[in-house]
Amino acid sequence: MRVKNPKAVFQEIHDAAAGRRASVEKQAVPTVHLGMATCGIAAGALETKKAFEEAILERGIAAVVHPVGCNGHCYAEPVVVIDHPDSGFSPILYPNVSPGKAKMLVKLFLEEGDPRFEHILGATVENEMIPWVMEFSRFSKETRIVTRLCGQIDPESIDEYILKDGYASLARALEMEPADIRQEIKASGLRGRGGAGFPTGEKWELAAQADGGDKILICNADEGDPGAYMDRTILESNPHQVIEGMAICARAVGAEKGIVYVRAEYPLAVDIVGKAICQARETGLLGDCILGSALHFDIEVFQGSGAFVCGEETALIQSIEGARGMPVYRPPFPVESGLYGLPTVINNVKTLTTVPPIIEKGAEWFRGIGTPGSPGTTVFSVVGEVVHPGLVEISMGVTLRTLIFDICGGIPNQKKFKAVQIGGPSGGCLPEEFLDTPIDFDSLNEAGAMMGSGGMVVMDEDSCVVDVSRYFLDFTQNESCGKCTFCRIGTRHLLDILSRITKGEGSREDLSCLKDLSRAVSEGSLCGLGRTAPNPVMTSLKYFEDEYLAHVDHKKCPGTTCRDLTAFYIDLETCARGCDVCVGCCPVDAIFTTRTRKKGIDQQLCVKCGECKVVCPPEYDAVRRISPAEGVPVVERLDKE
Amino acid sequence: MIFINVDEKKISCEEGRTLLDVCLENGIYIPNLCHVKGMQTPPASCRMCMVAIDGEKKPAMACTTRVRENMTVMTDTPEIRHLQRTALRLLLSVHDIDCKNCSANKHCELQNLSRFLKVGLKAAPYATLLKETAIDRTHPCLDYYPNRCLLCGKCIHVCRQKNGQSVFTFARRGFKTVISTFGFDNPDVFCGECLACVEICPVGALVVRKDAVNSNQKEEDT
Ligand SMILES: Cc1cc2nc3c(=O)[nH]c(=O)nc-3n(C[C@H](O)[C@H](O)[C@H](O)COP(=O)(O)O)c2cc1C
Ligand code: SF4
Ligand code: SF4
Ligand code: FES
Repeated sequence: MRVKNPKAVFQEIHDAAAGRRASVEKQAVPTVHLGMATCGIAAGALETKKAFEEAILERGIAAVVHPVGCNGHCYAEPVVVIDHPDSGFSPILYPNVSPGKAKMLVKLFLEEGDPRFEHILGATVENEMIPWVMEFSRFSKETRIVTRLCGQIDPESIDEYILKDGYASLARALEMEPADIRQEIKASGLRGRGGAGFPTGEKWELAAQADGGDKILICNADEGDPGAYMDRTILESNPHQVIEGMAICARAVGAEKGIVYVRAEYPLAVDIVGKAICQARETGLLGDCILGSALHFDIEVFQGSGAFVCGEETALIQSIEGARGMPVYRPPFPVESGLYGLPTVINNVKTLTTVPPIIEKGAEWFRGIGTPGSPGTTVFSVVGEVVHPGLVEISMGVTLRTLIFDICGGIPNQKKFKAVQIGGPSGGCLPEEFLDTPIDFDSLNEAGAMMGSGGMVVMDEDSCVVDVSRYFLDFTQNESCGKCTFCRIGTRHLLDILSRITKGEGSREDLSCLKDLSRAVSEGSLCGLGRTAPNPVMTSLKYFEDEYLAHVDHKKCPGTTCRDLTAFYIDLETCARGCDVCVGCCPVDAIFTTRTRKKGIDQQLCVKCGECKVVCPPEYDAVRRISPAEGVPVVERLDKE
Repeated sequence: MIFINVDEKKISCEEGRTLLDVCLENGIYIPNLCHVKGMQTPPASCRMCMVAIDGEKKPAMACTTRVRENMTVMTDTPEIRHLQRTALRLLLSVHDIDCKNCSANKHCELQNLSRFLKVGLKAAPYATLLKETAIDRTHPCLDYYPNRCLLCGKCIHVCRQKNGQSVFTFARRGFKTVISTFGFDNPDVFCGECLACVEICPVGALVVRKDAVNSNQKEEDT
């Protein structure tokens, strides 16, 4: 086949896409952009969509509902942006749009032109009437490279991506020499976003130099960390940027076959990526002679069965080969001998998604973002005790304080910050002193945490670091593949000891055993899972030793979280005479009436579910939780009739 | 031929071989449980064969380290011994320590290691955690004792070497991992004849059943 100029071929594709879009858009009707990724659907986006469609039909209005991906604002889900040019307002972002709200907006805004100011979060472009969302730090302090189009385009439409200059970087890369692409990525300083931060350009260079047949490129979307969902969101919201990054990598290293390794628990992501690959193939952006060039590259989706350890690259390869997902000793590294013994590049979703913007804007531009050691941005999923949880993309080097307090709105309910667990189960638990630590690979490592997959759990004064460590150890010991001695047996003992401590059955010897065994497991284990599994214990023991001691010596849980060390009681000072909201909610009938017609809790019956604390009206707020449990005041029952 | 230095002893050896093989051949004992001499891709799973290599911060595994010219190795540092003892204690904490009634008594690798590393044959300081099933009798003529097994995988390795594929495989995951015949059904492998697995097992986890019929005979019976 005659080799054509990729840019010219791309221009044809672009023009065709523009033509198709124009025929859709020329009706110039109001558009309702609705976030429809897994997170939105979980918050009820399907019902909201139905409500919009029904109301639009019912009222006979010309308007369209446009499904888009997730924009990362989980606290506001289902998120809707209504673009109603005739109303005179700029596009408006509405949070938490229930079906009822949807119907109301169709009637009042779409039909009558009243945007209902009380429901607005902000306008998505600057204007004079409505505050621009960029005036809020949750928006303005983000730097979006990886997620720049997430929540803005329909992930199932390749045309929308192309019209946002998607695949232009691929066209450009096809006119570059492979070595120049690698050089550009090396110069950009991009480091792998899968956790360890290995320089991507270097990995590609090793793969390009490796001899031994066809090369393979794997996009790692296993994402097994509890609480992390950025890779899923990217695949569901903008799959074409991942595909474009893969194609550029294929050109740079000389791979002909690509695999997206997604866990089967991400059915929507599997579906959307599969469709996107088909579209790219039909458009000539995958397959033979891509954009008329000499590049042959195609991608298939492999569904993993969802083991955390299968995110580890050697276990991932084993799992594709059909063997047990168990890590294998390295070297040889996958770039030398990976899948079926062929040189294999494995990169994280975010790493590959960062590639097209680098090719588009250059290494220089990329280095200008972030820190010298960790250029670029990082995507965190911030959960736990913050006002605005969700996905946040920040430039590297932003401090924990800025992320937690400015961007995510700080701790709700006037509670105090206690700790932040960074990097999921392999990461560490950092106290207040570290709030000014910049978020980048090296600073976090130094502090004893790690970037990991980018999961972040914020804890307030009411959480217990021992219990959080126990939670993560429970996860890792469950996910250990069982291959090597330290991880298989060691993590189990660590978990058992932590459970004992949270039950008040721990001793000082247990604490020294924890320290010693944690070190041994992290030094002796074969793969990263075992090597990092003790991190939550080691860091919390280091920074919160007094909390461990309180559990062990005084059977006291300072965060009043550990069930066996706490008790509930009702403060007779604030309990309202004659109110008995709590009585009905107690599943075991432990709440009784005292002589003064206030309430008391029978400690023998109480199962410590905390329901009464939830239902007690805020104006009384009379239910207290106390630790140690022995400190609970004795309240006498009304004499039995 | 290259020279390496182990515990201040100069050893000449062929380049590219594993440090563990070289040391064992030269009379320097390094504890090991999962390695079979000449293995191409060692599993490196028992984590016993740790050594300290000059210039490397972390302990290295001798079974996966290739010898290099002039490398300086210590097999007996306090850190290394401490880690090895911890590994042994962890194995003992999931082991049914009942030597009197075990077929491997007196030729058991755990007994040897505990003598070498001076570790008592008991689980302490860890709690003993045993699996529910004491004996798995699904194999036609071998009894498998999950609470004796170290999960070294040597039985799988020799079986595959002898028969091209292995009757045994790892089953389940994490702490629950066991060896199992899990779905094996290949009439060409007449299991119960070679007993290579029983022979190589470092402990007494695989035992020929007393009234055993091997699968070969069993097939003829039916
Ligand atoms: C236990 C474990 C789990 C991992 N899980 C993932 C994962 O879910 N996604 C991922 O991209 N990398 C994961 N990794 C890291 C991969 O092994 C590998 O380093 C990474 O995919 C390389 O891509 P990068 O260079 O783009 O970071 C995991 C590593 C370990 C040890
Ligand atoms: S460290 Fe854990 S997950 Fe990794 S190989 Fe060992 S047992 Fe398997
Ligand atoms: S049965 Fe014996 S040889 Fe097989 S894994 Fe267990 S200890 Fe090793
Ligand atoms: S002999 Fe090296 S790890 Fe088992």
